[in-house]
Formats: sequence, structure tokens, C-alpha cells
Amino acid sequence: MTQGGHHVLEVDGVTKTFPGVVANRAVSFDLAEGEVHCLLGENGAGKTTLMNIVYGLYRPDEGTIRVRGREVEFSSSADAIAHGIGMVHQHFQLVPTLTVLENVVLGAERVRRGVLELGPARRTLDELMDRYGLPVDPDALVGDLSVGVRQRVELLKALYRDADVLILDEPTAVLTPGEVDEFLGTVRELVDLGKSVVFITHKLREVAQVADRITVLRGGEVVGRTTPAETSEAELAALMVGREVSFAVERTEAHPGEIALEVVDLVVDDDRGHRAVDGCSFAVRAGEIFGIAGVEGNGQRELVEAIAGMRPVVAGEVRVAGRSVVGLDPRRIADLGVGHIPEDRTRHGLIGPFSVADNLVLNRYHEAPYARGLVRDRSAVRRHAEELVETFDIRTPGVDVPVAQLSGGNQQKVVVARELSRPLAVLLVAQPTRGLDVGSIEFIHRRLVEMRDRGTAVLLVSAELDEVLGLADTVGVLYRGRIVASMAAEEADRHRIGLLMATGSEAA
Amino acid sequence: MIAAVAPRRLRLDRQRVVGGFFVVGGFLLVFAVAPALTTESKRFLFGIGPDAPSWTFVPSTATLWIGGALVLLGAAAVGWRGRIVQAGLVVAGVLSVLMILVAALALSSNRSTNLAPLFVQSLRLGSPIALGALAGLWSERSGVVNIGIEGMMLAGAGIGFVAYALMNGGAGGVPLYLAVLVAVVAGGLFAALHAFLSITLRTDQIVSGVAVNLLAIGLTSFLRSQILVPLNADSATTLPELSIPILSDLPVVGGVFTAKPIFFFTFFAFAVAAFVLVRTRWGLRVRAVGENPHAAETLGIDVIRVRYGAVILGGCIAGLAGAQFSLETVGSFDDLMTNGTGFIALAALIFGKWRPGPVLAGAMFFGFARALGVRIQLLGVEIAGFPLPSQFLQAVPYVVTIVVLAGAIGRAVPPAAIGKPYRRSR
Repeated sequence: MTQGGHHVLEVDGVTKTFPGVVANRAVSFDLAEGEVHCLLGENGAGKTTLMNIVYGLYRPDEGTIRVRGREVEFSSSADAIAHGIGMVHQHFQLVPTLTVLENVVLGAERVRRGVLELGPARRTLDELMDRYGLPVDPDALVGDLSVGVRQRVELLKALYRDADVLILDEPTAVLTPGEVDEFLGTVRELVDLGKSVVFITHKLREVAQVADRITVLRGGEVVGRTTPAETSEAELAALMVGREVSFAVERTEAHPGEIALEVVDLVVDDDRGHRAVDGCSFAVRAGEIFGIAGVEGNGQRELVEAIAGMRPVVAGEVRVAGRSVVGLDPRRIADLGVGHIPEDRTRHGLIGPFSVADNLVLNRYHEAPYARGLVRDRSAVRRHAEELVETFDIRTPGVDVPVAQLSGGNQQKVVVARELSRPLAVLLVAQPTRGLDVGSIEFIHRRLVEMRDRGTAVLLVSAELDEVLGLADTVGVLYRGRIVASMAAEEADRHRIGLLMATGSEAA
Repeated sequence: MIAAVAPRRLRLDRQRVVGGFFVVGGFLLVFAVAPALTTESKRFLFGIGPDAPSWTFVPSTATLWIGGALVLLGAAAVGWRGRIVQAGLVVAGVLSVLMILVAALALSSNRSTNLAPLFVQSLRLGSPIALGALAGLWSERSGVVNIGIEGMMLAGAGIGFVAYALMNGGAGGVPLYLAVLVAVVAGGLFAALHAFLSITLRTDQIVSGVAVNLLAIGLTSFLRSQILVPLNADSATTLPELSIPILSDLPVVGGVFTAKPIFFFTFFAFAVAAFVLVRTRWGLRVRAVGENPHAAETLGIDVIRVRYGAVILGGCIAGLAGAQFSLETVGSFDDLMTNGTGFIALAALIFGKWRPGPVLAGAMFFGFARALGVRIQLLGVEIAGFPLPSQFLQAVPYVVTIVVLAGAIGRAVPPAAIGKPYRRSR
């Protein structure tokens, strides 16, 4: 045991099944006082389910949970909170229309005859912010805050409830490299001040930086227990995935050709009418991958949507193969040979209740051979789908299954298959591997490089800096709606890009 | 790189469309309506007696001014944007309403009309709409769509009056107040049914609301034919009128302060709602549950209990609004007595963006539209010697409402979790 503390939390032989799936099978896990214990595993490995059980949101089918040596049975998260357990969920559990202070006190309100007493709550919050170095404006609406700040609010919520066991579910997924380092520092500080932390992640680098101990889950079972000193990233990855994994994307040198996509002084507004893209200019050549790095919310979404014709252009120019596409509708732009893998596959990429086969022809259902005049040819659609399921290795029970029933990785493969199965001059790719497991990520990365080698101009937008650095031939940094720097991939190092992402300039 | 300057595209957004509407309307007023109106002077009175304030005007001249103002304000909204322009659109909306009054009086054979009672009447007619909207506010802020307000109101009106008739045949006194209580409970019970269907059984909330409406129509009509008709319970004593001392003697506005209890209660209920929603634990939880129930659950809040509470409280208020029809105003009960008020209340709720103050204002605006329709009918408006179909002029205030709603108020964002049945995680 590390640091000699006794166990604040013990999970013993917990099994949890959902209809058709075993999420956890006889999982045991313990957390010593004053340590950071990483729970490592791919998506769907059962990490979050396990912690939701500990936090009282689910009930285990079998097994016991002990808090400070005493067996507990939680019927709701209120019980877990009462035992000093706090959880920061991957998808923040905040109410955007309430203020920071209201979010923090919610569920633990101090009242006099039903009327809120926010004064004392505000003082407590101020103290917590000072003590743990988590500054936030208590009166700001949560909906107006950046993700990094929202995360602080989540931590403050748990601390306000006097939690001394903190469960952090993929806390760094939404942060920039700089914010990640800062956050990991905060975690160490929390531990120094006496908290115990369960840190759920699938990012190996963070594990090495922050963990005292590591438990690896795969397919709902514990497959390894170790410490950072005893292991390596490669070993952890193999444990996590169940086979050897190559991190580096294999690719040869690019052979850029003519400019295929050109964006000049583009100005685009966001949904609320604020400037999101503000004078953005860059060019992508055929046969190269142009990667855009940037903190989320710097205009990435609006930029891609404007190029794809989904969002009106306020000013500026977008040219595909020399031809202006401003004002054209998405279908006309797609007909010019522009493919689009959208950031949010469930909202813009797929129609959940439609079958896999129908989703695979969403961009050409109206053309031969999938339709003759007004009538669709369903057997042609099916044949096409079966072919793509084969070539793109889409794991589905059948092509008639609603696409919403597939796992995230396979849903994304449906989108990729649809967009890449026709000749493309330009491919727009936004956050292509968000929420996917290592295996699917590998597959999709290889496909993108293949498209490049066939002469497509690929515009890659990703919040994962590693993804951009690993794939792009040219890297551009988007800051406040503008490309503030662009450089060949060889010149782009993490530190330099991180600084540009955070401040928009290289001067620190 | 060559900087290409894209042509500035004039996008047809909401503000420009509404601005254009006012420009066109203004020109019509100046060139078509104004010359056609009489040059004989007319008069708006604000009270009774020789000392009452009044405004004398020449309809055709007044129309020219209003038309001109609409053109300017509308053009500003097409060309520019910002807060001042937005405010200008609201002013244009108010001027349009004034124009309706001017035109109505000009086209009538009357020389003058008294506007003070018009405003009092607006509040009276707005009060049940406001209570209905408040019922919806509680339910919808907690995340439960409530199109069953109409049914809950009707149930309150019908069942409350049946109780009254059974207790002493409608002679007033304590039973009258007990009957109001019965109406409140009846509304609450119908809301409990809506809650059970939509929260516990997770029926679609629209379907559940429709079921509540249909059940209320059937049940009250049945009770009327089986109990009220045989008892011959009509023209019963209604709730007594109260006068607030001093305030009710004020000129022009004094009339508002002599009214019946549920009318007064409306304003009180809104003040309480505004306080409870923002300043109490329960209000905070209602708001949280309506926006992000999962977040609330992770904090140990019982989402289902909070929603039940909010929906049933709303139903009680709707029941009270029903009592306002049968027990406060009319003294009898007719089938379908609430006559769509519950649906107008829903419109007021959206108009006010689910916030107590604006919702109250919205309800009163609809009350004004109704009062205006009645007044126009009373004035006997004629065009070229033929009486104008009253339905036409009655519709105009609603048209103006839609334009104002669409143009100046902007998009209303409902509570985020509204309409989604909540499933507890297990």
C-alpha cells in the first residue's frame, strides 16, 4: 500500500448487468487515504458504471461497498454524499441557467423557513476557492463559463459538500494541454490537503503524471493492478486494449498538389449572433492534411459548418478548386466533391432511428442507383450497405438495425464510410475520434491518411492536440476565430502550439 | 493572398421582416387610410364627468402622424440594429394598437369614447389568463409541458360550482368559499392525474395533457346535466366585491381597486411565485429539475417528487382560475365555460418566456386584446355605411400581438428539459 493510509473506500466483487450487457463482473477496487488511484480502461470498459455504483446512482447486482471499513448500501447519490463521496461527471452535471453559487448549493441548500440563505453559502464558497486555488465568479451564469471554469465549479460543488473521496470521471477530456497540466496540479494539491481521489481516464500520459496506483479495467473486469513505477505506457495500453497497439500513425511523406480549398478573410457568426470566425484565412492543398489546433470554442465548429454550407457566411470567401461556394446549400457543396465528417455525429452525421443502410446513403439516396425517379431502390441500398459494412469493418447485427443501437465507434465508422466511399476533392473532418476507443481511433486515422494519399485535401479539426500533431502535414492554430500561426508539422512542438492555443501568440 | 471583398448580403432576419411590415403598414396608413378617415374631431376620455382628462384629435391627421412614425421606426429596424431600434419596434407596436382605437372611433358614429373602463376591463379579462399562465409556469419550469391547463380550469369551474349548488343551492356565505376550495382541489386532482400519466408512467406529456382536457370536458358536462340542470342552479350569488380604501377613489385608475377577491389574488400569486422561484430552496430545485434533471439527481434531489409538487401546485392555481369564471364572475356553470382561456394562457406563458413578471404582462396584454375587441363591437364601427364584421376587428389585436411577439420580443427559450419524461438511473 502506498502512503500507509487505511482504506477509505473498498469495492468488493461488484457485478452489474444491464439488459444484454455485463458492465462489471466481480470487480474489486480500493482507495487508500491520501492517494490518487487511476481507473484506466477504454470506453465501455465499465469504469463509469463502477463509479456510478459507488456514487449511489446505480445499485450493484452483487458485491459490497465499504466506506472507511463500514459496509454501506446507497439508494441514491444523497446517501453517497452523506458518506463524504463526491463525483465530477464526464458530462458536467450543472444547470446552465443557474449561477455558480446556485449550482454549488443546489441539493445542499441552507435555508431558514424554506428561504435560501445564500450569504453563509457565499462565504463558504469563497473560503473553498481560496483554499484550493479554484477562482470562479459566484454570480456568473454557468452557461456563460468556459469548460475549464465549469470543471472548477464541479470540484467546488463536491468540496462544498465536504467530500473527502473525489471521483473524477475523465476530467481532462475537455481541457487544453495547458489546462490539463494545471488541473493535474490541482489534483495533487487536493491530495496534499487530505482528499483521496479516484481518477478515471483512458489517457496514458496522465496516468503516469498523476497516479499513485493504477487499476486497469477491460470488458468490465479488472485485468491489472500496478503503479506507474512498475509499468510503461506501452504495457498499460496493451492491458487496456488486450493486444499490442501502435500509437504512431504510419504515414509516408505528403505530396501536396494544387490548392483545393481556400478560405479568405472568412467571417461567421455563432448561434447567438456573436462573431465566431473573424477574418480566418488559410489554404489546403490536394494531398495534404491541414490540421487545425485550438481550444474548443474558438470558432472551429462555425468554421467547418460555414465551409460545408450549413451556416451563413457573413463576409469573406470560400473556394473549392477555385470556385466560390459561399451561399450554396450543403447538397450543392457536397456535389462539388466536398465530404464532411461532422463534429457531432448524432446531431449532424446520422439519423438515429434510421437503419444503417439508409444512413449510408443519406447524401445520395436521391441518385441512381439508389433511386429511380421518385422511387427508391431498396435492394440497391442494401447491397451498397453490405459492401461498406464489410470494407469499413462496421460491427453491426445487420444493415437494417437502427444506427442508434450501434456503439459510438461503429456509428462513427458509418459516417466515415458514407463520406469516404466516393471520390472527394476536399474532406472536412471535425473531432473524428471523440469518445472512441483506441481500436476505432487507429482505424479512422489510417483511413484519413489513405484519403490524403489518394489526393484529397483534408481539413482536420480536433481538440486532441496529439491527433492533430500525429496526422497533419501542416498545422494551423485557431485562436478567437483566426488562424494565428501555421507551420509545417515538423516545426510544431507541443509547447509552442499549446502557447499559441492559449494566448494567440508565441510570446509568453 | 488576394483579399476578396464579398458583397454585403442583406439577410432577411426577424427584425428586418417586422420592420418592413411596419414600413408597408405606415405607408398604407398615410396614403390609403388617412385620406379616407373623417376630419371631424373626436375625443378619448379617461374617466367620467367634465373634469376627466381627455384627448381631442382629428382622426385623419392623427393617422398621418402614426403612419409616419411607423415608417420611420420600421425603416430604422431594417437599416440598423441595437437596443434603441428594438425599443422603437415596441413603440411601433403600441402605436399600432393606438391606431386601432383611433380608426375604430373614427369609423363609429360616436363622438367620444371613455378609455378608463377599457383598461380596467383589460385587467379583469387578463386575470384568469394570468392565473392559467401561472399554473403553466410552475409545471413547465419543472420540465412538464402542460397543455391541460384548460381542462384543469374547466374542472375547477365545474366541480367547484357543483359543490356550491349541492351545499346550499347558491345562496352565498361560507359554502361559497368552501366551493372555491373545492375548485382548487379539483384542479389539483386533475393535475395529479397529468403528473401520474406523464411523470410516473412517462406518457407523452402532450398526449397526457389532451387526455386531461377531454376528461374535464366530459366530466363537467356530465355533472351539469345530472346535477345542475335538475337543481336548476343558475344565477347564484357570486363572490363579493371588495374596495381598497383610498386607492379605489383615485381618478382614472381607481376602478381597478374595486374588484373581487380572486382578481386581487392574481397579483399576489405572481409576487409570491417570483419570490419562491428565486429565493427559496424549493424554487431553486424546480428550476434545476426543469433544466437538467440528471444534474439534480446526482445531487440527491428527488426529481420526481419536485415535479409532482410543481405540477399539482399549478393545477390548484388553474382550479382557482376556473372558480373565477363560475363562482366569482358569472354565478352559474356552462359547458366549455372557460372557452379557450387555458390555451391563451399558454401563449402568454411563452410570450413571457416562462418568467413571472413578463408572463403577467403578457396575460394582461391578451386581456387588453379581448377588451378591445368588445369595445370595438360596442362602438358600432361602419365602413361606407356597412357595419364592419366584428370578428374582423376583434382579430386585429391578435395580429398585432403576433407581429410584436415575432419582432421585438425575440425567440423564447423554454426550460431545457421540458417535454422529456425523466427516467431515474438504476
